[in-house]
Order: sequence, then structure tokens, then C-alpha cells
Amino acid sequence: MGNMKLTLKIWRQNGPNDKGRMENYPVNDVSEDMSFLEMLDVLNDQLVREGKDPIAFDHDCREGICGMCSLFINGEAHGPGRGITTCQLHMRKFKDGDTIYVEPWRSAAFPVIKDLATNRSAFDRIQAAGGFVSVNTSGNLVDGNAVPIPKDDADKAFDAATCIGCGACVATCPNGSAMLFTAAKVSQLALLPQGRPEAKRRALAMVEQMDKEGFGNCSNTGACEVECPKGISLEHIARLNREYLAASVTKE
Amino acid sequence: MSKLDSKIPPGPIDKKWTYHKGHMRIVAPANKRRIDVIVVGTGLAGGAAAASLAEMGYNVKAFCFQDSARRAHSIAAQGGINAAKNYQNDGDSTYRLFYDTVKGGDYRAREANVHRLAEVSANIIDQCVAQGVPFARDYGGLLDNRSFGGVQVSRTFYARGQTGQQLLLGAYSALMRQVGKGAVKMYDRHEMLDVVIVDGKARGIIARNLITGEIERHGAHAVLLCTGGYGNVFFLSTNAMGSNVTAAWKAHKRGAFFGNPCYTQIHPTCIPVSGTHQSKLTLMSESLRNDGRIWVPAKLEDAKAIREGKKKGSDIPEADRDYYLERRYPAFGNLVPRDVASRAAKERCDAGFGVNKTGEAVYLDFSAAIERYGKLEANMKKIENPSKEKITELGRAVVSEKYGNLFDMYENIVGENPYDHAMKIYPAVHYTMGGLWVDYNLQTTVPGLFALGEANFSDHGANRLGASALMQGLADGYFVIPYTVGDYFADDIRTGPIDTKRAEFDAAEKEVTDRINHFINNKGTKPVDEFHRRLGKVMWDKCGMARNAQGLQEAIAEIRQIREEFYRDVRVTGKANEFNQELEKAGRVADFLELGELMCIDALNRNESCGGHFREEYSETEGPQQGEAKRDDANYAYVAAWEWTGDAGKANLHKEPLTFEEVKLTQRSYK
Amino acid sequence: MALTGLFLVTFLVAHLAGNLQLLDMSPEGQRKFNEYARFMTTFPLVKAVSYLLYFSILFHAFDGFLLTIQNRKARPVKYAKENAGANRSWASNNMALLGTLILVFLVIHMKHFWYEMHFGELPIVKDSQGQEMKDLYTIVAAAFTQLWYVALYVVMMAVLAFHLLHGFQSAFQSLGINHARYTPIIKSVGVFFAVVVPVLFALIPVWMFVNR
Repeated sequence: MGNMKLTLKIWRQNGPNDKGRMENYPVNDVSEDMSFLEMLDVLNDQLVREGKDPIAFDHDCREGICGMCSLFINGEAHGPGRGITTCQLHMRKFKDGDTIYVEPWRSAAFPVIKDLATNRSAFDRIQAAGGFVSVNTSGNLVDGNAVPIPKDDADKAFDAATCIGCGACVATCPNGSAMLFTAAKVSQLALLPQGRPEAKRRALAMVEQMDKEGFGNCSNTGACEVECPKGISLEHIARLNREYLAASVTKE
Repeated sequence: MSKLDSKIPPGPIDKKWTYHKGHMRIVAPANKRRIDVIVVGTGLAGGAAAASLAEMGYNVKAFCFQDSARRAHSIAAQGGINAAKNYQNDGDSTYRLFYDTVKGGDYRAREANVHRLAEVSANIIDQCVAQGVPFARDYGGLLDNRSFGGVQVSRTFYARGQTGQQLLLGAYSALMRQVGKGAVKMYDRHEMLDVVIVDGKARGIIARNLITGEIERHGAHAVLLCTGGYGNVFFLSTNAMGSNVTAAWKAHKRGAFFGNPCYTQIHPTCIPVSGTHQSKLTLMSESLRNDGRIWVPAKLEDAKAIREGKKKGSDIPEADRDYYLERRYPAFGNLVPRDVASRAAKERCDAGFGVNKTGEAVYLDFSAAIERYGKLEANMKKIENPSKEKITELGRAVVSEKYGNLFDMYENIVGENPYDHAMKIYPAVHYTMGGLWVDYNLQTTVPGLFALGEANFSDHGANRLGASALMQGLADGYFVIPYTVGDYFADDIRTGPIDTKRAEFDAAEKEVTDRINHFINNKGTKPVDEFHRRLGKVMWDKCGMARNAQGLQEAIAEIRQIREEFYRDVRVTGKANEFNQELEKAGRVADFLELGELMCIDALNRNESCGGHFREEYSETEGPQQGEAKRDDANYAYVAAWEWTGDAGKANLHKEPLTFEEVKLTQRSYK
Repeated sequence: MALTGLFLVTFLVAHLAGNLQLLDMSPEGQRKFNEYARFMTTFPLVKAVSYLLYFSILFHAFDGFLLTIQNRKARPVKYAKENAGANRSWASNNMALLGTLILVFLVIHMKHFWYEMHFGELPIVKDSQGQEMKDLYTIVAAAFTQLWYVALYVVMMAVLAFHLLHGFQSAFQSLGINHARYTPIIKSVGVFFAVVVPVLFALIPVWMFVNR
């Protein structure tokens, strides 16, 4: 087994109405090959054997693509390290004897369900407000190659589309803004000819829903771009701003 | 007497689907509003089905256990999606895609289903492009393709290494559009815990709200299970932690036959297990085998020294390396299909040549590719007599451009730079070809209960080709079920809403709450994961890459033992009526503990080797194919569909004979 | 915020250009400055623009205040540990604080000079044509004989520098101007502006104090 001893300071909260508090947990036998979540597995295993309530945290694919894992570790979304999610954070980033703070995403729009698990349905509602192309399933659409798309546009659209909807942008933004998330979808579809017909409507509707959910306002600190596990660029926020301004000015 | 009717339409293979579409009954728009349908799972199959059915006018309820429909594990597929577009003018066609898939599946798939899959494959690409899926494009702005294992054409469409993600987000966006319109009611963080049968038809489900723990009843005229595969029965797999068999297994216990449970796909290029704490395995794209060479030391003492840390891979001279795939399969070399590559790695490691601490890893070495690319670059840049260092530098840059993100991922997980030290890889469970038995309409043996995507058994036979899983999920969801379910609903336009106060719902709900209460009240001592790990080890050791009768019999006994202990000694903390992840896991592991036994029974029954199912007793003993899988078409060209009889060990076998009218059965040879 | 911010940035340039005349402390220079001050308070077009300026300041402050309130509400529970330095600049993280300080400074600044010029009892001097005009120069020069007052100005110009350091480039981003080729230029210009303008502003009180 491992050789690291750590002290974890973990947020415990029984439910949405509980006030919650930080609690200390010593963890021994941590190996540097473990992922952060596997380290929590070890702690939970210990807690269950002692008959105590294990720590609730969200996770699923454990390979950095589903966006389910979260955790604000030592003051950063998905912990130290760039371009990774918490499930890709490995314990070799820490030292024997370290104290590690583990907190849930903090946002009025992401209420805590239990301990470290939060409810991110607000993102789904933003998506449902306009994050799509209105095209029904049909076996006789135009051929995929009927409309050539410049490679640069397709690549940029892809870069935006890699968003995993984890919410690190919101968690890390000092204002709790969801601009990077919203911008990623607006920008992806604005760059593609298939998305242009609805571009105005989409930008207005998604921003409106975003504001309704209680997210904060973007002040361009750029923190989201740094902590985004997929490295989604602020350029997309600028594109959202362009689309939104143009749509606001020209709407009838 | 078999109850299996595959309902394959009449006519020549390429006319069956057209004929069927033209002759199925349909539901008029006004009547669609009177029909409710439940879709469980929101991956490619479920997301696509829920969106399409809602667009058509049905009332859809969609369920997923994740916190958002966008997180289904389809999202993790890397490589691509096949479609017979023939954009590359390399001779591809619907027929060729059909043929490759039947052959790749080692002749254990249903021809008619596979042909339909090939037919609709091109529609999928058009549909996804229209949704705004950003596929890779070339400089002319047209869609790009790449080639994948086991075929001779370039028909794979991709979005860098995240094709599954992009396709899923396309389906998710279509789904969210319907949610926004109110046509789909979305139930995330809900887990289906039983299917309710009324008068022999599936009429609803019992689901648990994972946030509040509340048990809910949902009625509908049909239930679509799009709940993925069951690879997590092995505990360690490339599946997501939450991927489970519960929905399919509950359906099985309510009368749906389980088809070919023993067909599992083991992917050859995964990051090896590093220790006992491991919770999941990470896949490295198959594309790495284009440039990486796979080897182990030729001498046992070298392998031992490496395992003890006394030597490194780079210390082994060229002459003492065994490039075993190139040695055994000179024609295909490192690019043999997945099942073959996986078994070969296991064979070497079992013989004592494995190269990491656990003895279960082989090298995937890029040094030859780095040198080759380096020399080419030097030539192109007109550098005369480049130094060795210069060649390495240039070569690394090329390799980094092609596989940089994968190398980074490897270094992040393993903590070793794969440019300096050869990667270590080992096979891992990746996909399950088996699943609920369905007829041509994707209906299970329970009327009104349908299974789509990886959850059904249908299209991949005994081995799935790369880039075909995404194709099947979307084909089922977008282009098959919207037609076939209409035929079923044609009888239901006067049924009216399903009453969830009926006795059948009472009974099903009681069974669910009893199960939950058992776990909560059990005064055990061990966490759920401990039993899951034990089950996984038995499955991996005895029902994994290579199986034999003795091992399978032992496995059955051991699984029963673990199951008995599990119910006696499992400890589930917390309460039933709260967010309780231990309780969720307990329910899933309980079902894996029954499924595992059925998989072993199925593997034991199938006295042949085919695709992902390799029985050590059934291999070629002589000739050029010595040691390779030996199929038995005379006795085993059938789908094994198992019927639940009340005891995991006593399932009833039904056989659906497979007849091949188009494709001639031959031995797969990669020599 | 972006539009008013950029307008205020252009105002800074104009204001600086005028104030740099204070560096010429000769009687001739004093007269020219007073003439300039008179022009700025009486010329109709300048007056019109000045109303836009007052509006911009108030709007910028009010909007900033509103956004800050909303942003605080967006995170009702604070993090026990937050490593802001890992992903954002100090300035970007403290725009509200910096802005508030600037607003307070503006009140003091305008009370001392703007209010006096418009409504106060200033000494009267003669311009080049021999007409009477208010002697703002003397008020300014007197103010900057006090060390604490000079220090306040210098410190506040540092505050302004940080506010601009983030604000300048941020305004372009908010307006949707982000381009792989031009954004690095905008950012460089922003840094240059954020350093040079406040330094020149700060130079005036220091210069006047040294040469008092």
C-alpha cells in the first residue's frame, strides 16, 4: 500500500437544509498512484467499516469526460493541475503530511444535495432554453457534405463543444458566473452554418435563462479559462458577447 | 419449444427494412398524444430515442441515474463512428459495412439486423451534422475519415478523440430541446429498480429518486431500456463507475430473455492496474497500435529483473525482445483485431513475461516510430547526417502531434514519461456484446419492453468492431425504434393512461422497498465494494479473456458463495429515504452477483471459441492456425437466449438459430 | 460597464492632457492653465460632454455596485479556502474595491477643485486680454503644498493603475472584441496605458510639491 499520511478537511452537510461544517479526517496509507477519488474511496471504505456515514461525492466515468466529478480542492476547482478533472488528479501531486481542503462547488445556482454533491440542473435548463439546432430526426436530411464548413471554423466549434458541463467555471469564478459554459454552446453553434439560423434567438434565450438561474456576472477575470478542465477559451465568451449584443440591438 | 420469434421481414436482405417500414402499422398524430412512453437511460440510444419519439408527438418520460442526461457513458467513446458513405471513394458500400460487421462479429450476429444497421449508418452522419456535431473536416471543408481495425476502407467519422462525447451532446441537445418544449419530462438522478408487467405487457417502472430516496411509480404504454452494458460485473473495466445491469436484469427477471451474456469485449490497450486501490481502468485509443510496437522480453530472467525494478525496458537489447504479435501474425502484426491482441498479451503474461510489478503488462513502444519519423523529418528538412539526438527530437515532435493528448493522459495517470520509457499496457473489459434478446423490432420477449444500444444483444455477434458501438446506439435510437415502436402502439390508441394504482404496481413497489429495507437493516460488517471486487476477480480470472470448463464451474460455485455472504454480511450505512450512494451500489452489485453466474453458465454452455469468447479447450491444435480460436458452426451457430426461472443457476436456454444467407462462414485468419 | 469604462478612459486622456499644463509653473503657465480651466467650464460642447461624463461616472459606479451585489448573492456560502492567485490577477479580483476607492477619491478631488471652480469663491486674476477669470491654479498649487495630500494623490493613482490594468482589456472582451491577432496588442496597450497615465497624473502633485 501507500506511504502518505494526509489530513483532509472535508465539507459535511446532511442535506440542502443543513448548515454544514468542515470536518477533519486523517487518511493513512495513501499511494501516489491513486487518483484523488480513489483516495476518497479508501476513506469511505474505512468510514463504512466503522459504521459511519461515508462522504457523498459525485463521480462517474473517472476518465475526465463525463463532467460528473467536481470538488474544490485546496482552493481550486478540480484541485491543483491544469486541464484535468478531479478524477484525473493523482495523489503524487501531494506530499506526505499535507492538509487538503475539500469543498463542494459554491454557487447559489448549484445547491448542495449532500456533503460534496451539488445539483447542477441549472445547466440543463440553460441548454433547454436554446442550446440546440431545431432539427427533427429525419432519414432524408441533406447530405453531410452538402455544406462545406471551413476547417478552422469546424475546429473552433469543436474546441467549444468539448465542454463537459462540470461547472468548474462557475465554482472558480469569483462572481459565480456561468458565462464560459453558456458561451461554449452559443459559440459552437454560432460557428457552424447549421446553427446560424437560430443564432440570435439562442444567444438571447440562453443568456436570459442563465441570469434567471441566479449565476453571477462575468467580469472577465479569466479564472474560468485557467481552471476549465477542457481549456475552453475566453474567446468564446467574447463571441457570446458579440452574438448577444448584436441580437439585443437588432431584435424587433 | 422455443418462444423466440425474430420477426425478420421477408424478401432479399437489402429490401427487408424497406419492406418492413412500408408494412408496419403507424399511429396517427392525434393518437400519438394519447401514448406515453418511458425511456430509461440517456446515452446515444436513449437520448436519440427520447428526442425522436417526442418530436413525433408521443409523451416521453426519460430517466437517468446521473445528475444530467449529458453524462451517460457513451460520452467516453474516443475513436469514431462508422458509416457507409464512401466519401473516400475506396469501394465502401452498405454491403461491405454489413459484411465486415458480420465477419468481425465472428458470424454470431443476425444478418438482417446488421444489414439494417449498415443501411441507416449514412443517415446518422447527416442527422448529426444537421444538429451541429463538429466532426473533423479537411481543408476543403468536407468531412474527414480515418480507418479502424479489422477493415480495409476508411469509413470512420470522428471528432478528434472525443467522438462519443460529440455525438452524445448532439443527442442530448435534441433531447433538451424537447424538454424545453415540455414534450419530454426528464427525470435525472432517478434509478429504475423494476419494470411493471400488466396483463403480460410492460406498462411502467418503479424508480427511486436518488436525491430523496422516494420510490416512484411511472406508467406508460411501453418501456424502452437504453441502459448500456454490464462490463462492471468485472469490477474493473473501462465503464463508468455507475454503469450497471440493474434495469436489464430486472427486465430479465420479469420475463425478458438474456442473449449471449458471455460475449464480452476485452480491449487490448488500456493502462494496467497499479494497485489494490484501483477503481477503474482507462482506455488508450486503439489508434496507438498504428505506430506503437508491442513486445515483452524474450528471456524470463529479463522479465523478472524488470518486475523487480532492476532493469528497465530500454536496457533490453533488440535481439532479446519478443515482438509477439509481429511474430505470430506477420500479415496484420500489431493491428490484429481486439480479441486476438488481448489474448496474445494474456498468453505472454501468463507465461511469465509480464513487465510491471503485478506481472500483467506488456510494452507498447514508440521508439521505432520516433526514429522512423525523425529520419523522415530530417530528410524533409534537408538536414544532412543528423545526430541521433536530432532524429529523436524531430521524431518526438511528430509522435506528439499525432498522439500528444494520449501521451499526456498516460503520464498523468502512470507518472512516467512515455516518450522516454515504453508505455505499459494491458487488456481490460470494455464492452459487452451480450444483452437483452430482442427481435427485429428491438422488442424483448416481454411485449412493450424494448431494448436499444449496448443493452440489447443484437448487432455485433461475438465481437464488436471499432467505431461500431456509436453507430448502433444512434441507429437504434434515431432510425429504428421510431418506426418499430409505432407498430406496437397501434394497438394502444384506445388504452388510455396507465393506472399506477393497480395491484401490479403495488406488488412491484413492495418488492423494491423490501430489497432496499433488507440492505438498510442488514447488520453486516463489510462495505459493498469488497464483494464487488471479489466478484470481479472471479469473473476476470475465470470468465475473462480465456475460459475453460473447470474454471467456469469453480467460478459458479465461488459466485454463489460470494452472493450468499453478500446478503448476510453487507453493511449499508445511512437511510433509505435520503441521498445514499452505498445503497445505490448495493442494489447494483446484487444484480451483478446474479448476472455473473449466468455469464459463466452461458460460457460453459458454449463449447466453442468465437470472438470475445475463448474457450481454451476449443482452439486449433495443429496447422498454420495452431492456438487460434476454433468455432463450431455446426453446433453453436445460434443465439443463446436465457430465460429466468427464479434461480440464478437454473436459467432456461432458448436457441435462436442463425442462418447466413448472404455471408459465407469462414475462419477469421490474421496470419 | 464596458462602454462607460472606455468613455472614462478617453476622458482620462483629455484630463491628463489639460492637467499636464500644471507642470509649467511660470506665471505664463499659470495664466494658460486658468484660461484652459475657464474654457472647460464654459464652452457649450465641452459642457455637453461633461454631462455625459457625470452620467458615465455615476452609471459606472452604480452598475458596478449592482453587479457586485448580484455576484455576492451568486455565492452565498464562501469557500473555506480559496486560492485566487492560482487563476486570476489581483486587480481583476478586486475591481469593486478599487472602484470604490476611486469613487471616494473622486468625491474628494471634485470637492476640492471641481466644486470650487464651479461654485466656490476663488481669487480672481486677469487673462491675456485683461478680462477677469477664476484662479484655479493657485488653489491647486496650494493644495499640493501639503505632503499628505500629495501622498493621497500618488496612492490613488496606483489604485487607478490597477483598476485600469484589468479594466482596459476587460472592456474590449465585454464588447466581444477578442481576436487571436489583435487581443495581445490590446492587452499590451492596456498595460502601457494603465502604467503611463496614472504615473503622469501622479507626477503633477509631486512636481508641484517639489517646486512649491
